[in-house]
Amino acid sequence: MSFRMAALLESLLQREVELNRALDWLRGRHECEENGQDLQVRKQEFVPFLLNFLRDQSSNSLTHGPATPAKTPSTSRPLRAQGTSSERRGNRSSTGQGSRSTSRIQLFSPAANTSQPGDNPNELDNTLNSSHGSHGLTGISQFSSPSFSSGWSPAPRYTPSERRSAQRHCLADFMTSPPETQPSPTAQQHRGRRRMGPFGASAASRQTGARSGQMEEGCRWDGAGRKGRVAVKMNEPVSPPTQVELNFNNLDDFPPVGAAHVSPIPAKPSRRINPTPVSTERPNSKPKSCFTSTPLSQPCSSSPSIPETFGPGPSAASPLCLQEERELLKKERSKLAQQTSSPAKPIPGVCTPTRPVRPGSKVTPDPQAPGPDPAKVTHAPELNLLAEIYCTCISENLVPCVFLEVFFVLQLLTTRSVAPSDTMEQDPPVPGGKTDALERDYLGNVHNCVYFAVQVLENQFTLLSHLDRCTLRLLAENERVGVFSPGLRDLLVQAQDSCTSKVIPDLHTFIHSVPFQPATDNRTNFSSDKAFHIFKKQRDIFYELLREWEDYHKEPGWEFEAALGNRVRAMVSQLTAAGNHCHFARLFQKQLVQMCKGPRVLGSPGDAPDADLLGMLGADSLGRLKRLQERLIQPQALSGPCPPPSFPGNQEFFRDFLQTASCCQLNQHLKDGLCQQLLQLNEVSILGPEATSDEGEEGVDGDMEQQDEKQRYSSVLVVAQVLAKFLGFISFLPYQTSEAPSREIQEAAVTLRSKSAPVLDVCAVLRSCIHRKRTVLTIPWLVEFLSMLDYTGPFLPSYRDAFGLLLQFYRRMRLGKVGGQFYLNQMLLVATLGWLFQIPVFPDDLFFSMDLKDELKELENHTSNQGLDNLPLVDEQLLYTCCPYLGEFRKLLAAFVSGSASKTGGLIRKITPTSAEPRGPPTTRSQQKIHLDLEQAFFHNQPPSLRRTVEFVAERIGSNCVKHIKATLVSELVRGGEKTLRDGLGSDCVNAAKLNDSICAQLCDAGMQALEKATRFCSENAPRAVRVLLPEETSQTVLTTAESITTRLATEKACSWLSSNITTLIKREWKSSFERVIKTLPSPTSKESLNTEEANRSLQPPKSSSGQETGSFCPPDCNNEAPLASDVIVEIKEVLSIAVGPRTEEEVFTVQQIFSLLDKVEQTLKSRKFMSPVAEQMLLRCTVLLASKLVSGELPVVSSTETNRRALPDLRPLLEEFVLIWTRTPSAPLTLLLSELTLTTMLHTNDVQRCNYLLLIKLLIEKGLLKEDEVGSRWMKLSELSWPVESVEKFKKLSLASPSTVPSVKHTDILQVSP
Amino acid sequence: MVFFSLVRMKICRAEYKTIAKFIEQLRPTRQCMKILKDRFPNHSQSTLLSIFSLEYQKRMKRTLVKHQDVVEDYFQRYRSEAKKRPSDPVLLELANEVDLSPSLLARLLVERFLEEQQGSVSSKQVLNSMLKEPSLIPDMQLAKHVEQCTINDCCYGPLVDCIKHAIGQEHEEILREKLRERNLSFLDENHLRAKGYDKTPDIILEVPIAVEGHIVHWIESKASFGDEQSHRTYLNEQFWSYWNRFGPGLVIYWYGFISELDCQRDRGILLKDCFPTDIVTLCHGSSHC
Repeated sequence: MSFRMAALLESLLQREVELNRALDWLRGRHECEENGQDLQVRKQEFVPFLLNFLRDQSSNSLTHGPATPAKTPSTSRPLRAQGTSSERRGNRSSTGQGSRSTSRIQLFSPAANTSQPGDNPNELDNTLNSSHGSHGLTGISQFSSPSFSSGWSPAPRYTPSERRSAQRHCLADFMTSPPETQPSPTAQQHRGRRRMGPFGASAASRQTGARSGQMEEGCRWDGAGRKGRVAVKMNEPVSPPTQVELNFNNLDDFPPVGAAHVSPIPAKPSRRINPTPVSTERPNSKPKSCFTSTPLSQPCSSSPSIPETFGPGPSAASPLCLQEERELLKKERSKLAQQTSSPAKPIPGVCTPTRPVRPGSKVTPDPQAPGPDPAKVTHAPELNLLAEIYCTCISENLVPCVFLEVFFVLQLLTTRSVAPSDTMEQDPPVPGGKTDALERDYLGNVHNCVYFAVQVLENQFTLLSHLDRCTLRLLAENERVGVFSPGLRDLLVQAQDSCTSKVIPDLHTFIHSVPFQPATDNRTNFSSDKAFHIFKKQRDIFYELLREWEDYHKEPGWEFEAALGNRVRAMVSQLTAAGNHCHFARLFQKQLVQMCKGPRVLGSPGDAPDADLLGMLGADSLGRLKRLQERLIQPQALSGPCPPPSFPGNQEFFRDFLQTASCCQLNQHLKDGLCQQLLQLNEVSILGPEATSDEGEEGVDGDMEQQDEKQRYSSVLVVAQVLAKFLGFISFLPYQTSEAPSREIQEAAVTLRSKSAPVLDVCAVLRSCIHRKRTVLTIPWLVEFLSMLDYTGPFLPSYRDAFGLLLQFYRRMRLGKVGGQFYLNQMLLVATLGWLFQIPVFPDDLFFSMDLKDELKELENHTSNQGLDNLPLVDEQLLYTCCPYLGEFRKLLAAFVSGSASKTGGLIRKITPTSAEPRGPPTTRSQQKIHLDLEQAFFHNQPPSLRRTVEFVAERIGSNCVKHIKATLVSELVRGGEKTLRDGLGSDCVNAAKLNDSICAQLCDAGMQALEKATRFCSENAPRAVRVLLPEETSQTVLTTAESITTRLATEKACSWLSSNITTLIKREWKSSFERVIKTLPSPTSKESLNTEEANRSLQPPKSSSGQETGSFCPPDCNNEAPLASDVIVEIKEVLSIAVGPRTEEEVFTVQQIFSLLDKVEQTLKSRKFMSPVAEQMLLRCTVLLASKLVSGELPVVSSTETNRRALPDLRPLLEEFVLIWTRTPSAPLTLLLSELTLTTMLHTNDVQRCNYLLLIKLLIEKGLLKEDEVGSRWMKLSELSWPVESVEKFKKLSLASPSTVPSVKHTDILQVSP
Repeated sequence: MVFFSLVRMKICRAEYKTIAKFIEQLRPTRQCMKILKDRFPNHSQSTLLSIFSLEYQKRMKRTLVKHQDVVEDYFQRYRSEAKKRPSDPVLLELANEVDLSPSLLARLLVERFLEEQQGSVSSKQVLNSMLKEPSLIPDMQLAKHVEQCTINDCCYGPLVDCIKHAIGQEHEEILREKLRERNLSFLDENHLRAKGYDKTPDIILEVPIAVEGHIVHWIESKASFGDEQSHRTYLNEQFWSYWNRFGPGLVIYWYGFISELDCQRDRGILLKDCFPTDIVTLCHGSSHC
């Protein structure tokens, strides 16, 4: 099989097969039957072979060399997958090679495994090995095999025995190959490596030359790659490029393959990738994983390659025993290495361009390393040919992931590798016919790599040109591109300029809570008071958890389960008790959408600008800031173009919450809710231009509406993706296993699970979206959903069918065949699908093995022209939001630049100026931001319908406004222009073209009035419309605010469209009008000319739309002058406390002081503004107390000044004042004056005081505040006390008998009765 | 108005500690309050009183149990002292001596007294009313002493309770007044309860404002000093709950707060010690929107 592939490629390389024919064949024009060689080859078989071939070819260049940190994002893979049984299929490659081979394995090897487990050893490999020495085998011999080994009709070239011997030979070679077998390149490499920090490999292996070097390097490549890593890590954040010097020979650090040993390298959690639980729960998963998905930081197991160095023994002819053998050898090798190597040595393999500053091993290019030189390119014709075939595969979507290939090519472009040596420039003559065509070292040196890469890039320029501006710039500024293809560089520069990506201001700068809405949240929505109150608490607990997570989750050592687990479960169990699941599920889902709908969330974590900075800079600078930040952080961030599914940013919280809560009721409610919202979103109507603009009058307002539709589409898409991911997560959570189940178990599970209905009928959704041309909305979220599948999921009939459909769809989605407008739509689909095909969940063998019945044609046949797919909906921003991994290109290129800064210097310096230039005064900008924030905030606590109404009205008014302008201003202008034209043409010797230009210019000038008119139109109409649409009970302020927001939105919409389009509009209108006039005007009628002034007439000065100032109310608030009750009470309390003592001699009051206190009381009681009934009562009570203390003499009062301290003051005026107060505020508890306590006190006082007391009582009776009989009855009570009755009687009599004149001496006798 | 002095009432944590330390030795009497004012002349009287009150209450909460254990002893001591010198403030003196709030001591003894008289435990209500209206106490001498205690006590007692209540009410009203002055329409607690909200801040703005660049949906008025402990309690029981339902908001500690506590601004809880001046509104109706 692979032999045929090899033969085909070989014959192509040797020109035995016409290239064009092969290309046609690839493009599907005809089947290939070649040259009597009878090569009946299937594309599905050829493509993986080619890809692997290229990977193998380049594996040397991409990883070798002292000062050339490899560009492979797969460098320094973490543990590769530990050997599960299923690993065997990939073992050949995984053991020997790094990323290159890995990728291959991941991509293609599975087929071999699944279909022909025993067939693994690769014919070509063996062939090559046997055919000549070890040299030159680098690529293919060891690594290519697994990749193209496949289950398709194996046709081994050699008999088993041959194979075995070949293999043996090969292994022996590995082990012992003396330096001379691998002559030149190695020496240099080793020097370099040592300089950088010896590798710590055994001396023997170091000397084995290139090949062993390769093997050493192997550890940096991910053998089993991503999947292995992902599998190992559960919640462990992916560490940044580790700063730890790794000893690759340490078995602890790098356990042997198959040891199922979790990487002990402590993950440094500063950068988190949030591995999905899906993958994390399968620690020892199949080795298949996607190429380059692992962050560089992950150390990889060094060992896999090792056994072969050792293993001449029972050579690995049988793949079944290879495994064990390797284990053994690995250990041996490891032991050996431990002895020989110094653990502290830095490992060159870890050092990548992504980590430019690494103490001890700077990654700046070796100054002696030759730059790539077009003159030194060898095998150019073959490279051209390879490039062309390769490009065809890419263009035809024959590769599983287009962007993975682009990444690979960019890696080739930026390879740090020097040519192994100058002697390598010429291939050593290889004897022996055909095979050598494949064995030549096409990509063995940097010149060739760059040449090849540039060839491909040139070919794929259209694709490139749709990447973001920064990537384009980095490419354009890449000196290698400049050297190898100035033309490409120029194109890139141009493309950069036409790039119009705009960063829209991020309005979601702070997290919103889900607002309390009485309609859904108040008591009536709950079954019982208890449930209501429990939910009240639950809401608060939920946010408390959220806040705590926010605060701490980035701190090292923090774990969700440990920190919050118990609280989460306690809360959830209360849910169950109270039956509040549906309420909580709604809250949860809304909060999820709130927090995860921002574009930032989907980007790589760490992209979020600091909130403070944001506040300072305002929304405008966000883009710059973000870009700057990205450049600064990108050294750590390279994670390859196909990272495993993850829960970045805030999504992590929700995932962890669900995992921890582990509550089936909650999950069920969530599933229901997510599904419902998802399908609703999926059906959202997004209108095309035809549908909205009337009478085929396309363009103009259609354009503007298109803008809105586009925004709506992108917000819907982003939300749908989040919802779908969580729906998938919850749905497949029960089936997640840590390891792939065995085939039997899997089959059983498939049988079992295919009986029950899946949560979502993916196939139906898929068919319907294809049928209705809504793939651009549906497929991206379906991909998110499917990325959450468990191991068995893809084999269930429904999902398998869905994958099949998606594959067909992908194959048809050739980017080259798309019109410009929709290119980005397609690009989004190709990127997301490509990603899906690369992530671990996608079955290994599916891409190249599935027999696709072309169901799609039928589906597509029925389609109408209506549909989202034919609308230009995706823009660059959205593309990068949905596919953050596309940013990896930029990172890769930037890393290259920063690595070679010393040479180019350019980019680094540019950072400062671009980020530093301020735009406008910062205050206004932040004011603007506050204003926008306020508007967002305004809607927060209002019913959602308010926002919908406002947005809807604004949109309609804005749109109407444009129509209005068109119908009035524009048509008037054009009419005026026509007159001028007719007049002008009437006169002789007029150059019509010139006249046309001048009129057109005039009209355009006049057109600028449009903005004023639009403003007026919106402010006249928007408020009315909103007012009518909002419910009656809306409060006035809310209404006014809603009106003004609507007005602003509508005006903004209209004006922004007009300001950029009015000129075009006028020009277009004018053009048609001009043509009409010219046509119909041989006979110039120059009547009364409507001079252009009419057209130019200035409008009346813009009356600002909403002129009515809310009158600044004068705050006279005279009442506020009064002292506060609390103050007065405090003051009286002070006086009272002196009265009741203890006190000092100095603590006395003047009558005046008491007067002023009473005055305050009076004012306070009068003003009442801030008075509460409780305070009023207390205040009155205090006055009564005060009066009683006054008359009883407890309160030390002097008449006025110090002069007369001893003289007793006349209290009458004061008492009258008291009475006045109580008269005005009648509720004073005056009976206190008659209380036992007071009377007792009075009985102990002297005559003056008793007289004062009686005076007070008398005054009160006079005013009617106390009734005589009441006083009497109170006094009667005195008799109940232990006083002599007659004394009391007399007291009563006397006091009542002489109310007006205070009796002085005569009463004394009577009252001098002691109890 | 008295309350809107220009004196900023934010106090840094270290200074607060100094004040609190100083307060440890004080009793809740007007004499002690004077000492406190003299010691910290830079702070407003009401702020100092509020801090005193907070710290003193913490102290009482710590020690009350201890006192409850020896009520009998106190009662007997009071009895004998009152007999010896009936016109002296013996109860107040006892309170100061054992470092218990005079009002609290008075309450304990009244309770004890009633128990003795009636042979049964009196209800809280009865106790409260007697404390509020000492003449209801059957023993005139005790009544006199109780009155002396409640009137002198700066931190506990019916009078203080009422003052606190009044201050709280007044500041809510001041807040409403300020909002009306600024023409900011709002819903207050009563509106919100009627609508069935489960948690209600003092004020919900119908249209949010921005204060010093931060969005504000709701305002809570606190007529006390914001110290670490009370702020934490408020955060957990009130402020975050408001945030959870209505979004970011503003808390006004009219008597100041520990400045370091104002650290949740970006998160949506803003602290002020007065009605803010830097307010941005969605100036409805004006052309500058």
